[in-house]
Amino acid sequence: MTDLAVDVLIVGAGGAGMYAALSAASAGAERVLLVDKSFVGRGGATVMAQMTVAAALGEETPDEWSAHLDDTLAAGRGLCDGRLAALLCRDAPVRIREMGEWGTDWARRDNGRIAQVTAPGHSRPRCCYVDFLNTGPAVAATLRRQISRVGAIRRVSNLTVIDLVTAGGEVVGAVALDWEKGEAVTIAAKAVIIATGGLTRIFQRNSASANMGGDGYSLALGAGAELVDMEFVQFFPIGHLAPRLVGLDPIMWDPFRYKLGGRLLDGAGREFLADYGSDESAGYTTPRDLATYAINTEVAAGRGSPHGGVYLSFTHIPKPVLEAAFGPVIDRLAENGIDLGRMPVEVAPIAHYHMGGIAVDDAMVSTVPGLYAAGEAAGGANGANRLSGNAIPEALVFGAVAGRSAATFAAARKPNDWSRHLAAPAIERVRALADGRVGLSSAAVALEELREIMWRDAGPFRDASGLTGALARIGELQTALAEFAVAPGRRANPTLADWFELRASLGAAEAVVRAALARQESRGAHQRTDFPDTDPAWARNQRIRMTAAGAVAVV
Amino acid sequence: MNAKTARLRIRRGGGEGRAQYQEFSVPFEDGASVLDALLWIRSHLDASLAIRYSCINANVCKECTIAIDGVVNYACTTRLAGDRVMTLEPLPGKMQLRDLVSETRPPRERLR
Repeated sequence: MTDLAVDVLIVGAGGAGMYAALSAASAGAERVLLVDKSFVGRGGATVMAQMTVAAALGEETPDEWSAHLDDTLAAGRGLCDGRLAALLCRDAPVRIREMGEWGTDWARRDNGRIAQVTAPGHSRPRCCYVDFLNTGPAVAATLRRQISRVGAIRRVSNLTVIDLVTAGGEVVGAVALDWEKGEAVTIAAKAVIIATGGLTRIFQRNSASANMGGDGYSLALGAGAELVDMEFVQFFPIGHLAPRLVGLDPIMWDPFRYKLGGRLLDGAGREFLADYGSDESAGYTTPRDLATYAINTEVAAGRGSPHGGVYLSFTHIPKPVLEAAFGPVIDRLAENGIDLGRMPVEVAPIAHYHMGGIAVDDAMVSTVPGLYAAGEAAGGANGANRLSGNAIPEALVFGAVAGRSAATFAAARKPNDWSRHLAAPAIERVRALADGRVGLSSAAVALEELREIMWRDAGPFRDASGLTGALARIGELQTALAEFAVAPGRRANPTLADWFELRASLGAAEAVVRAALARQESRGAHQRTDFPDTDPAWARNQRIRMTAAGAVAVV
Repeated sequence: MNAKTARLRIRRGGGEGRAQYQEFSVPFEDGASVLDALLWIRSHLDASLAIRYSCINANVCKECTIAIDGVVNYACTTRLAGDRVMTLEPLPGKMQLRDLVSETRPPRERLR
């Protein structure tokens, strides 16, 4: 078994984790450990970002970070944490320009200025990008290159942190599963940063990568930390639905709507957004929460497309314009049998981003000493609905702050109270499961069921009866964790990974459902069919934590 | 919809001894990928089938690279065929860890 000791442990190596590692090292941390259950810098949400990155650069028209903040707060429907939102908007420009200096090839106009487009909810052109659909991969590649140059940063892929270890109410380290060997690894850490991204993988329709199962939220709950805004899951309105499309992310249509508009049509070919108070005659302006609501309402009324969504059509746009906007993507669409000049595609809402997360202050400190969060894993900046383009700046800005804060804390901390016996229960659990276990059902099957439940009962439309049923079934699956089969053979055992993923996803799912059940109103991404109106008395945030008895509860 | 059946012959095991292959039949609709079928096998037939994947659909993580009918390709972008058996193997020239999973981590990203 391996035992490690570090100054700063960073869990999750997407944009937030990688930036936090750079920041911790430059703030003086000498032993920074950056781990990912997938591959460092290749898993998670950052590489999936298709286009927009919001920053008040003022390259196209004059802009101020305070204007970006105004738009962020308006999109958040009254629930944004003002300190976090201000931090995001204030620091976004310096982080985005820095990415350019480090080699991210932002799209530019002929005059050499960075191109910025207007995304829904923004008062002016503010969103920069890397063509074509390459923003995320380019940002991730830039950060991978940067971290590889820093000797203080040690990277480990396929290492899944399964439990945080606390002593005296403070985080002192973690226990991880080394997937390749099927063994526990202990990590004594003076500070831990959770940068595991969100939880969209627990919904059947999603734009998530495999490792967005909500691990970070369960880790934080287990350590006694509070979560905030867990009921607010962003459903991206126009996820690709049909025909089957491989090799392109399902959220790929958004960038082309920024560039070209594109018409949303019901099953009979009629435009419907105006029925919901949104006028798109001047372009793509409908915010994500409203568009999702409109599409789902059309489908529920029997006016959807054959696969249960609506149509997105670019057929009115001249072919040369299409070809210029889509570039090489036209060929990849053709390989999928899609000719945009001749046919619409079907789109529908899919789980895309989690506004909620670990409650932090503007130094990214959680409610538990020694524990920090960054990126999507941190909650609060985006309130009830995230503005397009805020996710990548959030990853970089919060990563920078979290890394600095954690390094400072680690430097001041005396040799902490880590001892191996604190980690013993987690080590023993890995050992017991890794030996294999006969069982009637598998965690892989239960994960599929959880995704169906969450989509049906805690998805874009919710009500008390569905949420109550979901909560009961989540509880049953939590009980059943003691009985699921684990295949023999320690090395690279997928059923062992499934078991820990299911445990983490159930904890995250329970937090979402409990918060959604308690919020008896509709606001932003949280739509209750039994409480359809926004209630001014609910203009407040809910927090969730684990009680002394081990139950997840709204506090 | 036109439901078809894909037949996948998959190399199992941890690289020791003689190669063992197991065949699975998977229902699919036109356009489905090899990765779709592997995920379906995991949740319907055999959860112990080891595969590497991360981004699922975007073809950005490049983790699902395997040998498909002897040719190195991405499971996420290779379409299923309904008219023949497809043979899936881990990457040639890499250590097979389990089933379709090879040791593809950069050496500096491994625990030692």
